[in-house]
Amino acid sequence: MARKDFDLITEWVEPDSRILDLGCGDGSLLELLNKKRNVSGYGVDTSIDKTIKSLDNKINIINADINDHMHYFKDKSFDYVILAQSLQVVDNPILLIKEMLRIGNEAIISFPNMGYWRSRLYLFFKGEMPVTSELPFSWHSTPNIHLCTIKDFKKMCFLNNFQITEEVINNVNGKNISSSFLNNLIGTSAIFRIK
Amino acid sequence: MFVEEKKIHISKPLKLNSGKVLSAYDLMYETYGQLNDDKSNAVLVCHALSGNHHVAGLHKGDEKPGWWDNMIGPGKPINTDKLFVVCMNNLGGCHGSTGPTSINEETNNPYGFEFPIVTVQDWVNSQKVLMDEFGIDKWQFIIGGSLGGMQALQWSLDYPDNVNNAIIIAASPKLTAQNIAFNEVARQAITSDPEWCDGNYLKQGKIPKRGLALARMLGHITYLSDESMAKKFGRDLKQDKINFNFDVEFQIESYLRYQGEKFVTSFDANTYLLMTKALDYFDPFNEIDFVERMSKSRSRFLVISFTSDWRFPPKRSEEIVKTLIKFNKDVSYACIKSDGGHDAFLMKNDNYFEIMRTYIEANING
Repeated sequence: MARKDFDLITEWVEPDSRILDLGCGDGSLLELLNKKRNVSGYGVDTSIDKTIKSLDNKINIINADINDHMHYFKDKSFDYVILAQSLQVVDNPILLIKEMLRIGNEAIISFPNMGYWRSRLYLFFKGEMPVTSELPFSWHSTPNIHLCTIKDFKKMCFLNNFQITEEVINNVNGKNISSSFLNNLIGTSAIFRIK
Repeated sequence: MFVEEKKIHISKPLKLNSGKVLSAYDLMYETYGQLNDDKSNAVLVCHALSGNHHVAGLHKGDEKPGWWDNMIGPGKPINTDKLFVVCMNNLGGCHGSTGPTSINEETNNPYGFEFPIVTVQDWVNSQKVLMDEFGIDKWQFIIGGSLGGMQALQWSLDYPDNVNNAIIIAASPKLTAQNIAFNEVARQAITSDPEWCDGNYLKQGKIPKRGLALARMLGHITYLSDESMAKKFGRDLKQDKINFNFDVEFQIESYLRYQGEKFVTSFDANTYLLMTKALDYFDPFNEIDFVERMSKSRSRFLVISFTSDWRFPPKRSEEIVKTLIKFNKDVSYACIKSDGGHDAFLMKNDNYFEIMRTYIEANING
């Protein structure tokens, strides 16, 4: 599956970098980065099935929970620490982002925007927590415990002195609309570079 | 799959870590599968404390296959349709390689307690001698569980150019005080048996059966988990009532006694002492030149631990993983959910076997 955030991350990442991919799934981002940018590094994922798929893709995979295994990695030992579409499942996002910035020179974070107008309308008209194709879980069985809007995320970065150096907000057609003042309303997903 | 053991005599002296020298020695080993023309499909399997070279397949006339037959064979995770697998009995062992039960040519008596103390490094050096005899330049995989995994780790440091992949299962970078304490009690059990005769029991036609059985019973408890013992034995009685005496009453007592009695028929007490010492001394991350040697290692690593293992718990494996990450090594790690305790590495488990199979398949050509 081609993912818009993967293409963008590939554009951003310098050749021969060292990468730590948190919540790496089957390792397809690292596989892509390895092919296109000759990177090295590790993926971390808690799922044993995903671990087996990553091994099949010849990815270095640490089968562990990203919430409490960041002590594996020493300060500034990676160029980029990536959290792609996994922010919402993390126990303590602020703590994890701090750890990402401790371990890496830079953090790259992508997440689905709960401020998207369809999500807002879903809640407004149906009166129920939004269930979409990207986030298909009911409120009681979802692993997505820390969903946020683009505005929420930026506010958190400001309050914690996380410096946003670049941002891309995509609309439903995958077009970058970050310059639009309505981006929190019409953006479906966002990706940030943080230092 | 019928297999035959083979023995090779090495007449080139081996200098041991302790400073002593074995002037000549035998190595007993078995092989499975075919070595390919460019000798690029060789696998070394290292055995643990009470293991030996008979790792898979059947000896003619035997009913029980080698100790890791579920893992090694045609179509199995360590696939002998594609790989050439070598396993040898470690020096100091009692299954054919030179050890305390062998005759010391200088005295014409069994070595007994005189056999020099061997370390994991010594085993690795002797395995390298066997490797050279085969004319193999690189092990595609070195694989071992427990003390076997420690040998795989040692290999990657001592012969950085000769190992492509090290698979380290249920191991530890060093023993803790608790681990050493268990070993010491096992040793005391053996050496306080009146039949031990200061280690020269063979010469006197005796065997310290009680001490060795006790050592095994103690060891065996540490290989199992509370959960697996509860599941297998619970508080089940041998008879259906308690008898208010000190005979065997609970099933677990009966099982442990059986394990102890069975062990003394196939294992040597001095070998047990040596193996526990090799474990106690193992501490490669604190060896001289460690940083330099670790930096040089070209091996990829797969580290596996088991949730219920309390002899070498996941934490110990994670120490290995953390160190390898610190040195930017290619390493993958999985902690397998299992109630099998330390012995889980010998048992069939879907996730564990799938991880082994997938990693080996993905790295079979480099």
